Amino acid sequence: MKFTLSWLKDHLDTTATVDEIAEALTDLGLEVEGIENPAAALKDFVLGRVVSAERHPDADKLQICRVDLPGGEDQIICGAPNARQGITVVVARPGTYVPGPDFTIGVGKIRGVESHGMMCSERELGLGDAHEGIIELPSGEVGQSFADWLAENDPSKVDPVIEIAITPNRGDALGIRGIARDLSARGIGKLKPLEVNAVQGGFDCPIGVEIAPDTRDGCPIFAGRLIRGVKNGPSPEWMQDRLRALGLRPISFLVDVTNYVTYDLNRPLHVFDADKVAGNLRVHRAKGGESFAALDEKSYTLDHGMIVISDDNGVESLAGIMGGMDTSVTEETTNVFVESALWNPVQIALTGRALRIHSDARQRFERGIDTDFVTTGLQIAVRMIVDHAGGEASKMAIAGATPDNSRAYRFDPKAVTKLVGMDIPVKEQRQTLDRLGFRLDDGMAHVPAWRSDIQGEADLVEEVARVASLSKLKGVPLPRPEGVAQPMLTPMQARLAKARRTTAALGYDECVTYSFIDAEAAALFGGGSDATRLENPISSEMSHMRPDLLPGLLRAAARNQARGTSDLALFEAGHVFFGGEPGEQRLAVAGLLTGRTGPKDVHGASRPVDLFDAKADAEAVLASMGAPAKVQILRGAEGWWHPGRHGRICLGPKKVLGVFGELHPKVLSALDVKGPAVAFVLFPEEVPLPRQNGNARPAFTPPTLQPVERDFAFVVDAQVEALTLVNAAAGADKALISDVRVFDQFQGGSLGEGRKSVAITVRLQPTDKTLTEKEIEAVGAKIVEKVAKATGGELRG
Amino acid sequence: MDDLRDRYLGLIAEAGDEAGIEDLRVRALGKKGEISGLMKTLGGMTPEERQEKGPKLNALKDEIASALAARKASLADAALEKRLEAEWLDVTLPARPTRTGTIHPISQVTEEIVAIFADMGFSAAEGPQIESDWYNFDALNIPGHHPARAEMDTFYTHRATGDNRPPHVLRTHTSPVQIRSMEENGAPIRIICPGRVYRADYDQTHTPMFHQVEGLAIGTDITMANLKWVLEEFLSAFFGKPVKTRFRASHFPFTEPSAEVDIQCSWQDGTVKVGEGDDWLEVLGSGMVHPKVLRNAKIDPEKYQGFAFGLGIDRLAMLKYGIPDLRAFFESDLRWLKHYGFAALDVPTLRG
Repeated sequence: MKFTLSWLKDHLDTTATVDEIAEALTDLGLEVEGIENPAAALKDFVLGRVVSAERHPDADKLQICRVDLPGGEDQIICGAPNARQGITVVVARPGTYVPGPDFTIGVGKIRGVESHGMMCSERELGLGDAHEGIIELPSGEVGQSFADWLAENDPSKVDPVIEIAITPNRGDALGIRGIARDLSARGIGKLKPLEVNAVQGGFDCPIGVEIAPDTRDGCPIFAGRLIRGVKNGPSPEWMQDRLRALGLRPISFLVDVTNYVTYDLNRPLHVFDADKVAGNLRVHRAKGGESFAALDEKSYTLDHGMIVISDDNGVESLAGIMGGMDTSVTEETTNVFVESALWNPVQIALTGRALRIHSDARQRFERGIDTDFVTTGLQIAVRMIVDHAGGEASKMAIAGATPDNSRAYRFDPKAVTKLVGMDIPVKEQRQTLDRLGFRLDDGMAHVPAWRSDIQGEADLVEEVARVASLSKLKGVPLPRPEGVAQPMLTPMQARLAKARRTTAALGYDECVTYSFIDAEAAALFGGGSDATRLENPISSEMSHMRPDLLPGLLRAAARNQARGTSDLALFEAGHVFFGGEPGEQRLAVAGLLTGRTGPKDVHGASRPVDLFDAKADAEAVLASMGAPAKVQILRGAEGWWHPGRHGRICLGPKKVLGVFGELHPKVLSALDVKGPAVAFVLFPEEVPLPRQNGNARPAFTPPTLQPVERDFAFVVDAQVEALTLVNAAAGADKALISDVRVFDQFQGGSLGEGRKSVAITVRLQPTDKTLTEKEIEAVGAKIVEKVAKATGGELRG
Repeated sequence: MDDLRDRYLGLIAEAGDEAGIEDLRVRALGKKGEISGLMKTLGGMTPEERQEKGPKLNALKDEIASALAARKASLADAALEKRLEAEWLDVTLPARPTRTGTIHPISQVTEEIVAIFADMGFSAAEGPQIESDWYNFDALNIPGHHPARAEMDTFYTHRATGDNRPPHVLRTHTSPVQIRSMEENGAPIRIICPGRVYRADYDQTHTPMFHQVEGLAIGTDITMANLKWVLEEFLSAFFGKPVKTRFRASHFPFTEPSAEVDIQCSWQDGTVKVGEGDDWLEVLGSGMVHPKVLRNAKIDPEKYQGFAFGLGIDRLAMLKYGIPDLRAFFESDLRWLKHYGFAALDVPTLRG
């Protein structure tokens, strides 16, 4: 919402400066977004008088002028035909910035003759379109600032324009009078009384008005007057200037009046060319399917239930949003029907949104305007029209009646202290409400009809507090809970924080990628269904909620690889989505390794990453989250993993703590990632919470006897899993065997096709007496037996 | 005997290696050695002779033995020294490589915020990112036709044909978590709600996903003045220096009264510095929770009142750490992650 200082002063008697006003507005909740002060841009231009003008010796259209300026005469070359002796001109001297052509004047030579400045046209100063010649002023002294001259002689040209943001509750500030009222409540001036001088109606309105019975809830009142014999045409200069300052385009006087009253008093109006209206005007709901040609030169198809105004020819206006082309007012209009009505805000919002029409009228009606001001606003507009464009006004045609929106809330002066924590004298509180238009009566505050947003006692507190200024609020300590602060993170939050820091400590860089990804990538990871699709994605790259963290990491890897970085360790911790209902999300931590373990190095440590890197990191991160060390490694994870090179880390067949492995080559090529690429995905919520057994650890009882280690090598089928073999060996004597480790594996060679050798170290930990060689041999034999039974393997000779 | 002594001491001094020493030891002190041989003659001597020769011979034997040991040790030292000389390495070669990871600024700053509010007795609450329109809008006093709802640039989820429920939304703020927490725990309550939020907007200063932390404190007598104190304490602790705030009246459907909060800052060469200067920067919205919102969350507004606020985590990270472009947060450019990321063990705490 824009307004000018002089226009504000129509309603507000004040001597405050632009800066004081702007500061107060922002503090009141009408945040100033910008101030344009044309005087500031013109302050360097000075008045001069042309002493002589002679033809330039080398150019037909240029003149060499001697110009009287403060500090003496100077020479200026000028191409304007009206440059001549004796006229008072506006001069930009060297160093002055000229806004129109956007440059700073310097001393120049034009066709060999020096020029010390420029005499300006209106366009060069950004004051208008005139550029046929330079400005000739009818008055003014040499050396006077042009900005000062304008302020004295043509103030609208230097009228400061203030733009404010309007929060959805403050529809009343969409009229300049409403802004003035807020300022008056703050004490920045006094609100002037609004003068209404209605024109007497000389005849009955020939256009009747009516509201269909089923539309009364959408239009409580509809009023209008017809004015016969008006002379339309351009608006007076002052009105055009004001509308232009607000960014509006003057059209014709009759139309400009409606815009003027809209911005001045927050009372949107509409004018019909009465000669184009067939019969009476009727407010009713659209059946649906009607076509309507609106003033924005677009055609709209109406939905059932939208409120429209029709005559005998059909729909002529989209009520409260935009008028129609067929009955529009033109320069030739002589008989005009001026409409003023009230429309249901919700209906306006729904219709406006459905048809995607943004208009000044819609903006105001959907926020709620002054419900008591329908006929008064009409009288003000008719007075303006008759005074300037002549004509004879009819009596008022009216359907419906002003609705009763009166309401009052208990005004408790102590409420401000209780809720806000500010002490404001009762007298000041009452004065604030009074100045804002509330009527105080017996402890009740009656709400003015223009404040539809006031809906309770808390709103009264807000009004009092904001006018008193929240900037005066002083902080008061919030009492802390007694004693040492309690732990505030949930176990899952704490767990995720640990997982995140552990993964970073393992050398991964944390990414935060978007929660929505493209359909193709989502589909590769079991997502991309309609359940997780966005109805209005910002682009096709962000159409589906991610089913997994890996696609985001892989896309990130591809982007980094395209930039020439191929050795990557990326991770993310966050939610993934398995459905479209609230709560259909789960926590995940994913890490991705691509390329080599590091750059080529002098120690020869660098090698391509493989799944055992991912496995080691997965185990470390799981351990940080308190997962048990003893897990099952099962196969059979989803299809985006390499079918033979992945493992699910499980506690039982259904409890999957995570997956590690190589990614499927097809997935990599679909996402443009160069391999090798290995990854892990962990599910923190699946890790069992620790039992609540206090903090004490079990007693430390180190064994007193030396452990004994024995190595065994078994030849087994190549598909036999090492873990099966290890578990079998460990089961040979659970009391005695404290650890079994695989330390070697090789395949093929002398073993023959499809066979491999797995070597293990078994650690025996005696507890009560040292083992004899015989006892050790007995355990060894049992291990060989158990392994043979479990794997079919035999001891390698 | 003196000849013998001088001869052996001479030979020992000349011995060039350990083998030479051993050879001399055998020749002198071995079973058939010269000195051992002399020792054996002691048995055939008279007690008087023995009395005289015995100690001398023993002294000789000890002297030779210790000369041998000393020479052996010095040879070993020399050999070691020679070896160590040969073991010279170019220590300016790079170390064996290790990978160093980083924590994203969003995670770091979230933990910083959590640590500060933990000290003031707030817990961290979380909730669904896909929300019903009730929790995201209606419960927060934003009815369907409200202009604020249209201004939110909300993402809606797809509805299958025949499913006539209103579409769910990607939460536009973490306020639904406030409602859910109040429903679950009632009053009094003090929580912060950090997390991802979504709005359909993309330009230099907006991304369709960003991070918010909202705070809520409900009690019997919690006022807006308490809110101002909490925010000033938080901002000062966060930025590590006193930060003044300015409250400006504003409007949010879920608070009444509402205030935009500006923080004190200065602008130098296009960069902003918080906690100094005469300018103000708008960083957060706040207010006293609207009675309707309390009622929607099953809390009696006649008995309880309190404040709520919301601020952008990404924005705070940018301000504190001088990160210029929001969009880069989500692009995972390794160079950016390494530049702005934090060390794994750089865990934010209040104890320093």
